[in-house]
Amino acid sequence: MDGEADGLVAGSESEESGRKRRVHGMLKLYYGMDEEGKAAEMAKSLDPCDINGPHFDHEVFLNKLRRECSLAELMDQETCMVKQIRSLDSDMQTLVYENYNKFISATDTIRKMKNDFKKMEDEMDGLSANMAAITEFSACISGTLQDQHAQITKLSGVHTLLRKLQFLFELPARLNKCLELQAYAQAVRSHRRARCVLQQYSHLPSFKGIQDDCHAIMDKLAQELRQKFRDGGSSAKDLSECVELLLQLDEPAEELCDKFLSHARSRLESDLQGLEAEIRPYPSAPAVKDASARRLASPAAAGSPTDNAPKPSAIPSPTCNTDILEFIDRGCNEFVSSLCLVITSYQELFINHAQKGELVSKNIPQMASGKLNAFVDDLAARYFSLVEQRIQEEKGVGDNSLLVRALDRFHRRLQAVTKLLPGSAVPNQGTEIVMRAAKERVKQYLSALQSFYMDSLTDVRQALAAPRLTVASASVGGGLLGGMASGRDAPNSLPELLSSLSASILNQIKSVLASVHLFTAKDIAFSNKPYFKGEFCSQGVRESLVVSFIKFVCQSSRQFCDSAGDKGGSTPPALLLLLSRLCLDYETSTISYILTLTDEQFLVQHHSPVTPVTTLCAEAREAAQKLLNHYVKVQGLIISQMLRKSVETRDWVNTIEPRNVRAVMKRVVEDTTSIDVQVGLLYEEGVRKAHSSDSSKRTFSVYSNSRQQARYAASYTPSAPMDTNLLSNIHKLFSERIDIFSSVEFNKVSVITGIIKISLKTFLECVRLRTFGRFGLQQIQVDCHYLQMYLWRFVSDENLVHFLLDEIVGSSAHRCLDPAPMEQSVIEVICERG
Amino acid sequence: MEDDAPVIYGLEFQARALTAQTAETDAIRFLVGTQSLKFDNQIHIIDFDDENNIINKNVLLHQAGEIWHIGASPADKAVLTTCYNKTSDSRVVSCAAVWRMPSDWETGSHESLDDSAHNPQTLELLCHLDDSAHSNVACVLWEPMGDGKRVISLADNHALLWDLQESSTQATVSSSATLEGKGQLKFTSGKWSPHHNCSQLATANDTAIRGWDLRTMRQIYCIENAHGQLVRDLDFNPNRQYYLASCGDDCKVKFWDVRNVQEPVKTLEEHSHWVWSVRYNHSHDQLVLTASSDSRLILSNMVSISSEPFGHLVDDEELSEGEDNHQEDKGKEPLQDSVVSTYEEHEDSVYAAEWSSADPWLFASLSYDGRLVINRVPRALKYSILL
Repeated sequence: MDGEADGLVAGSESEESGRKRRVHGMLKLYYGMDEEGKAAEMAKSLDPCDINGPHFDHEVFLNKLRRECSLAELMDQETCMVKQIRSLDSDMQTLVYENYNKFISATDTIRKMKNDFKKMEDEMDGLSANMAAITEFSACISGTLQDQHAQITKLSGVHTLLRKLQFLFELPARLNKCLELQAYAQAVRSHRRARCVLQQYSHLPSFKGIQDDCHAIMDKLAQELRQKFRDGGSSAKDLSECVELLLQLDEPAEELCDKFLSHARSRLESDLQGLEAEIRPYPSAPAVKDASARRLASPAAAGSPTDNAPKPSAIPSPTCNTDILEFIDRGCNEFVSSLCLVITSYQELFINHAQKGELVSKNIPQMASGKLNAFVDDLAARYFSLVEQRIQEEKGVGDNSLLVRALDRFHRRLQAVTKLLPGSAVPNQGTEIVMRAAKERVKQYLSALQSFYMDSLTDVRQALAAPRLTVASASVGGGLLGGMASGRDAPNSLPELLSSLSASILNQIKSVLASVHLFTAKDIAFSNKPYFKGEFCSQGVRESLVVSFIKFVCQSSRQFCDSAGDKGGSTPPALLLLLSRLCLDYETSTISYILTLTDEQFLVQHHSPVTPVTTLCAEAREAAQKLLNHYVKVQGLIISQMLRKSVETRDWVNTIEPRNVRAVMKRVVEDTTSIDVQVGLLYEEGVRKAHSSDSSKRTFSVYSNSRQQARYAASYTPSAPMDTNLLSNIHKLFSERIDIFSSVEFNKVSVITGIIKISLKTFLECVRLRTFGRFGLQQIQVDCHYLQMYLWRFVSDENLVHFLLDEIVGSSAHRCLDPAPMEQSVIEVICERG
Repeated sequence: MEDDAPVIYGLEFQARALTAQTAETDAIRFLVGTQSLKFDNQIHIIDFDDENNIINKNVLLHQAGEIWHIGASPADKAVLTTCYNKTSDSRVVSCAAVWRMPSDWETGSHESLDDSAHNPQTLELLCHLDDSAHSNVACVLWEPMGDGKRVISLADNHALLWDLQESSTQATVSSSATLEGKGQLKFTSGKWSPHHNCSQLATANDTAIRGWDLRTMRQIYCIENAHGQLVRDLDFNPNRQYYLASCGDDCKVKFWDVRNVQEPVKTLEEHSHWVWSVRYNHSHDQLVLTASSDSRLILSNMVSISSEPFGHLVDDEELSEGEDNHQEDKGKEPLQDSVVSTYEEHEDSVYAAEWSSADPWLFASLSYDGRLVINRVPRALKYSILL
């Protein structure tokens, strides 16, 4: 209901205001006050027919109406006009009435104001009179009080002076009291306050006395402070307080610095000694031995109580067992943190403080920081040398993470020093130590890898030497660092040995890489040093660890060839063969695999030139080749030796008619067969030339060499210089040169061919040094035929065997006193029977 | 500087023994001994005409047996020794003897070339170098640069020093040394050192090299396991008294300083089979010739261990004359050891190689099939050594 009423009221109000506005608008319009529509008005208003316009001309208007409008329209116009006139009139009346009322009330107000002003004027006059009276009184009072004020001021001045004097006179006593109570700070504060005055009035005897007293006391105080400072038993806070006071007492800052530092040094040095004691368990080793000896002796002493009592050991018990992490922790917690503390308090005392105070002028901050740097450098150097000693002792390569964590901690803690002493070389030295340690570590890993490799080889050697029958008993590789399969049955066959060897080496490399990788782990603070990002990865890990190891493998393999050559095959041939295959495998795949692995793990960016894979592969191939050649040589020599002995020890002139193939030939064939099997385990077959269908059945002519035969026929034709070039060329054309100890290819056939070549050539040379009887020759025929029957199948080119055997038979025919060759059929019978 | 082609001479027999005629210093002359079990053996005297590149040969008969080793007297051109095999009653015995060539061998052969072939002259036996106690002579060594009165023969495990008297017609053993040890030891070869007043001898047996003092006939050094296999030959450096070269069945040539017998000074591994002979050039000891049963002959330039490791040293006189030369020499690096060349003219095993005693730039090699090849040091090398 209320709302409705409000709405109605509001509605009527707005209606009313709307009406008013309209009225106003019209009036405005009438008086030409509408400014907004001026321009439009101007155009409109010029029209004399516009009834509302200023230029309205009723004549024109009427004429126009009369001319234009019909009667009805005129009538309408007239009524409309009358209506308008009427409303305008009523409006006018309303306005006049309203304005009249307002005028009346305004007149009333003015009349009232006139009355009030008159009253106010009177009151203002009263006020000014009163003010004048007050001024008069005030002047009177200040005039009377002036004398007394001056007196009071003077009195209060005297009072202050007297209090000051009293302070001065009481000063010695007060200082003494302070001294007694050890309130040094207060004493110094008091003295500082009095000092200037005393200085100024020191010409007066009484003041002089006080000053002297004070001086004496202060000297004593300084003395005491210094004593306290020197004692060093006090805490750091006390100490710094001491220093502060002494500085205020105008002690020479330099001396104080020195003293402070030497004091700190003594404390730090005790820390260092503690560390040192940890490092050097060795000097106390004899003591340990003593102790243990005594302990051993103690049962004899039948439980004497003294033995059980803990010995007063001045030497800290040998703590060589503390691992490096503990050591570094201790170093950090004791030494580095107290060093930091010293640096902070020192800087607080001598540098920051001095900068604020009056000491700046004396260059004290520079001097002080110089001293501090020297001090820190000196101590840090000692600390570093200890740490380095400790790191060097870290020889075991079992767990790298401990070392890395220790180094990380070491490095991190040194960062605190960096923050405190921005210009110090300490953190850099620390980083260098870390770098050196890392380098050293890589070196250790390399040597560990090398010794692992050599151990593996020794094990392989043992496995090879172990008789094959006792396979079950030997557990090869159990003792290795954890690589080789220590299984139920030892891997005694060559391929197994090879695979387990290479697998264990690879595993070892991988684990070493993993260990080394810890140095570059993301959570290790020093890993983002440029050294660890770049050089450590490429030069350290890749070059001096991986590449060096591969090189070492190749080199040690080559050494097998060199050393064994002189000492006559100290290396078992099978090992040579195995190593050769290993190197070859390295060449084909392992090297690139390892290097890729390294590069991936360490994200090696090669800033400096690194050994390319191809070089290593070439090296490995060379080693493989050398080993295989050496294998051929060794095996060839073993067979050669048999053949040589068999030829040299026999009396070929007086031998009986051959009935059998000599046992040594059978042995040669057997050995060749077993070598063939051995090589076949590791190397592929290889290519051989096509055999003729009757390879084993080939006959030898005793004088197979046509040249020799020709020479026999015309034995006494005089030899004369011939057209040399032509002759040699013709000879070269028909003869194929055979390189005996030549390089072999990486396949079975080539290897066996090499061995057979060596053996047969030896046979030939030995035959040429002997003289044969008829049966001697026949025996050689039989032997060669036998060899022919069995050896052709092993070689790449059977013609080679033919050729060499031809030569042997031919040479023995030459060396025969009574060359009567045996019937081929008989030879065949003998050989087949054998 | 085209090098001359090698000159080849073919013998109709197999042959192992070759020597230069040591006493002959004008003509280039080699002696070759043949090996034949069925025919009379011969000694071919090969004269090489350097200017015309022609070989002249003379044949002397050596009817005693096949020749295994030959040695020419350093004093008398006509005197030589041979080690030969004598077969009698299906027994083979190794002997040694001193021979004299017939005085008119040279003229005779020239007059009738055909005749000499059918009727070669025979060597004149001066004396035997063996007695019943010491047979199986492996080699006979003349005293180097001596007066042709002393020889050493190596027989089985004995080294015998012979004095030749009355124009070499009588030989008496003046002293002897015996190799003692386990097993059947046997000298395979030896060399009489030209240094220390010719008082030292080096011998090879199996894999060991031994040095002997001839005055006391005692062993003075021993290189055990000098080679992995049998040691085949030795030679002394003519200019460096402690340096010795050896070769053997391990295909290696080793150079030793006998004052340190642990390690060889240098090792060469160029041959692909046993090395049978090693020879220093008589005047330029960097040149080393090796012969092997791989049918190759290799000439190596072992500058680094020669007596002139920096090349030809400039004399004081030359120094004052040419400062420029001196400057160049100063900047010279020590020269590198290298293989000068490999000679492949042979088809069979080469058992012997010898430098000519007359021309230091010329050498001969002999292969088993009887082919003798005469070669020269390449001119470029020759001039680089000389200049």
